[in-house]
Amino acid sequence: MRVNFTVNGRPQEADDVWEGESLLYVLRERLGLPGSKNACEQGECGSCTVRLDGLPVCSCLVAAGQVEGREVVTVEGLADHAGQRACGSDAGGTSLDEAKQWQAEGADSQAGEGVELSPIQQAFIDAGAVQCGFCTPGLLVAADEMLEHNPDPSDADIREALSGNLCRCTGYEKIMDAVRLAAARQSEGV
Amino acid sequence: MPNGVPTKITQGSRTKGGIGESTLRPDGILKVTGEFAYSSDMWHEDMLWGQILRSTVAHAEIVSIDTGEALATPGVYAVMTYDDLPTEVKNYGLEIQDTPVLAHGKVRHHGEPVAIVAADHPETARRAAARIRVEYRELPVITDEASATAPEAPLVHENRTDHHIGHVPHPNIVHRQPIVRGDVAEARGRADVIVRGEYHFGMQDQAFLGPESGLAVPAEDGGVDLYVATQWLHSDLRQIAPVLGLPPEKVRMTLSGVGGAFGGREDLSMQIHACLLALRTGKPVKIVYNRFESFFGHVHRHPAKLYYEHGATREGKLTHVKCRIVLDGGAYASASPAVVGNASSLGVGPYVVDDVDIEAVALYTNNPPCGAMRGFGAVQACFAYEAQMDKVAKELGMDPVEFRQLNAMEQGTLMPTGQPVDSPAPVAELLRRVKAMPMPPERQWESSEGPDVRQLPGGLSNTTHGEGVVRGVGYAVGIKNVGFSEGFDDYSTAKVRMEVIAGEPVATVHTAMAEVGQGGVTVHAQIARTELGVGRVTIQPADTQVGSAGSTSASRQTYLTGGAVKHACELVREEVLDKGRRKFGSYHPAWATAELLLERGKVVTDAGEVLADLVDVLGDEAVELEREWRHRPTEPFDLRTGQGNGHVQYSFAAHRAVVEVDTELGLVKVVELACAQDVGKALNPLSVAGQIQGGTTQGLGIAVMEEIVVDPRTAKVKNPSFTDYLIPTILDTPTIPVDVLELADINAPYGLRGIGEAPTLSSTPAVLAAIRDATGLELNRTPVRPEHLTGT
Repeated sequence: MRVNFTVNGRPQEADDVWEGESLLYVLRERLGLPGSKNACEQGECGSCTVRLDGLPVCSCLVAAGQVEGREVVTVEGLADHAGQRACGSDAGGTSLDEAKQWQAEGADSQAGEGVELSPIQQAFIDAGAVQCGFCTPGLLVAADEMLEHNPDPSDADIREALSGNLCRCTGYEKIMDAVRLAAARQSEGV
Repeated sequence: MPNGVPTKITQGSRTKGGIGESTLRPDGILKVTGEFAYSSDMWHEDMLWGQILRSTVAHAEIVSIDTGEALATPGVYAVMTYDDLPTEVKNYGLEIQDTPVLAHGKVRHHGEPVAIVAADHPETARRAAARIRVEYRELPVITDEASATAPEAPLVHENRTDHHIGHVPHPNIVHRQPIVRGDVAEARGRADVIVRGEYHFGMQDQAFLGPESGLAVPAEDGGVDLYVATQWLHSDLRQIAPVLGLPPEKVRMTLSGVGGAFGGREDLSMQIHACLLALRTGKPVKIVYNRFESFFGHVHRHPAKLYYEHGATREGKLTHVKCRIVLDGGAYASASPAVVGNASSLGVGPYVVDDVDIEAVALYTNNPPCGAMRGFGAVQACFAYEAQMDKVAKELGMDPVEFRQLNAMEQGTLMPTGQPVDSPAPVAELLRRVKAMPMPPERQWESSEGPDVRQLPGGLSNTTHGEGVVRGVGYAVGIKNVGFSEGFDDYSTAKVRMEVIAGEPVATVHTAMAEVGQGGVTVHAQIARTELGVGRVTIQPADTQVGSAGSTSASRQTYLTGGAVKHACELVREEVLDKGRRKFGSYHPAWATAELLLERGKVVTDAGEVLADLVDVLGDEAVELEREWRHRPTEPFDLRTGQGNGHVQYSFAAHRAVVEVDTELGLVKVVELACAQDVGKALNPLSVAGQIQGGTTQGLGIAVMEEIVVDPRTAKVKNPSFTDYLIPTILDTPTIPVDVLELADINAPYGLRGIGEAPTLSSTPAVLAAIRDATGLELNRTPVRPEHLTGT
């Protein structure tokens, strides 16, 4: 079958999709967007979290056919998504110019330099919330979604919002730090 | 006060981004934007998907395999079984080559690979694999020590020829290591109290999030290029090339992004299967396990039965320890022999005990194969000896921390192996520090709006509002070896290049070190900046075009590959300075007389005077060299007495756990898990904290939730999914305050101590001790389940 939907603001068309394919498979294997991760493919780990019409979902549990005509935001589109929210200003977000001030220092590889990041992406780098990084895309999408509607979360709020995202490396402490940091920077940016 | 000297750094600290700073990960931007290429993200035009058919029973003869229907499935390019293997070598293994690439006439555990399929879509491959008909004739299963060593026990491996068979009491025992020092019988006579205990440690899974995966691309020269996630490229290569019938140079391996490892990628998983299918079909083949398969696709942490006897005088001095540790190695050897070496040599913990009688064995059974996982044999022992320490303290009426401090080892203490601990061992100090941390406030869940159930046992299940909830506090401390032990030639290799690019001096570091998330790439760049005084460092992708880095295991990579990078940088620096002396020596006497350093892109004297710009010294010539670097040699343990200088370095951490237990429902909330650890030198403090917190959380997992459940009647795995095998979520994980001590080990680069594993040891027994404190129950197994607390 053919599936038409919008990914990160761009219309996409996927052909020859088998009915059993998940949204995750179509993103990763047909649209060249492997940022959403495949840690369990059974809805338990959150590494494949994307926004579907604004709501965070496990893309491994969404059949590709279900997204016909709908809007998907993945980690690859997170910076743009946060940027548009900041321009709208009603969510109290941070402008991209401000976000750039937090550009990671000491980057040792040319790859990825000069990339625009959302506040939550930058905070994950700065706070040391990334180790192997496999859980990171899903956590970023989930944390960004929480900050969108809860810009001043308590620790318990953060833990509750991210409880569907497993991380095996960090013990979550630096992830907590990163979300607190992004929230603080976001509120300073108002 | 603890012994130890502050670390002296030869090169100055004036170059930004050097060691000791919390520089940020070079792969951080790629990882937060989704651009970082993990092994499961590999893609190639015209690639096929590989699928493995695994045994549905644990122990059986294979009567027949019919691949006809699978081969006839449209979209299928190849189906291979044992009969299709290309060469005489058909087994592989880390130490003992006992693992068949594909089952030959027999399967020895549930989930053993029997056949492989390549097809143009992963679902086609899965369905084709399901159409392979395998007829099994089931055999009795061996599941524990009693069934393994019974008089009529079938042998898991017949006709063993490995180097352990000569000293084991039964062919179903992989390896046995006794450690005997002093005279336990005599010491027992001096004991005022004797405490015995029997403990059971469950089977833990590494549960790294990035599934086993990779891409094999057949090459025109008949070889294969393999992109894969692993912990040790060269160890993989040594096992892969022979079964493909290829010389090692025709198997070119490149490390893909690794989504965690924790020991679970020491053994091969899909590597050989993908290469076989690629060579058979002439097409690139990608294999990605799903989570269900991942539970069968790698070894686990050994479950263990541990029998301990501790004696102590009335004054609180340990007289002796006698223990027996039985590790279940499962169907194949994997790393079992080395795990036995660790469990035995570290079996009494970080304490002074002159009279010891230790025995550790690993069994061959039909349970899932077990091997490396963070903590590697030391974890199981720590769980048991720390429970014993609490029991003895209780028997003596002493404070458990004071009792530990009274018996704590220090620099100069002899290990049970007779090896002196020759660098700081601040065991008592770590306990003091962790005890001195402020306690989390009582009844944190209370607020003016009523209880916040998210902070209570049971959490959002809303099972209590505080009624039946009791707090407990527990302590534990552990000792872990760093690096490969027992005489292994443990080395790493680094290639370092220095040149001018775009008017700026640049260092390039190339190693085969597997970056699995730990941050080795960050540290390598920091070392190069410190040693070469440059701002910009490029880290080359890890591959087999450079010498071996050894494994990303045993807390060893910063020590070993960090040490190799430091060593190579020092030699490059000498060459650069020689170049400078030849070019500019006649202009300034200091070139000949002063101690020269490279800092901030310049050659400077130790007094800080600038002699030349590195850009001018280097000109358009590059300085490059590749060198191996070793830690000091170790010795094997004597097979009878266990004596020998077997370890390189020791690492220590202590934990304090605060838990709240709903005693009516048996639910546990870990409120805080504080850790104090000596790291020698924190090369990157942010990463050090991350390692400690991550390791601590894996210890929490085995304390209260994680266990692979194997049916004792069938040896089949009952919970191979994240639905049924639980790892800690962010709601299960408490705050983890960390206190880092830096006492240099003068034998190690920068005085550093390997840090990754020690926190996984003491975390589990601290949580168990806290639950015992809250409930008064004995709790001699881990993980603790609700029924153990409620008695239901």
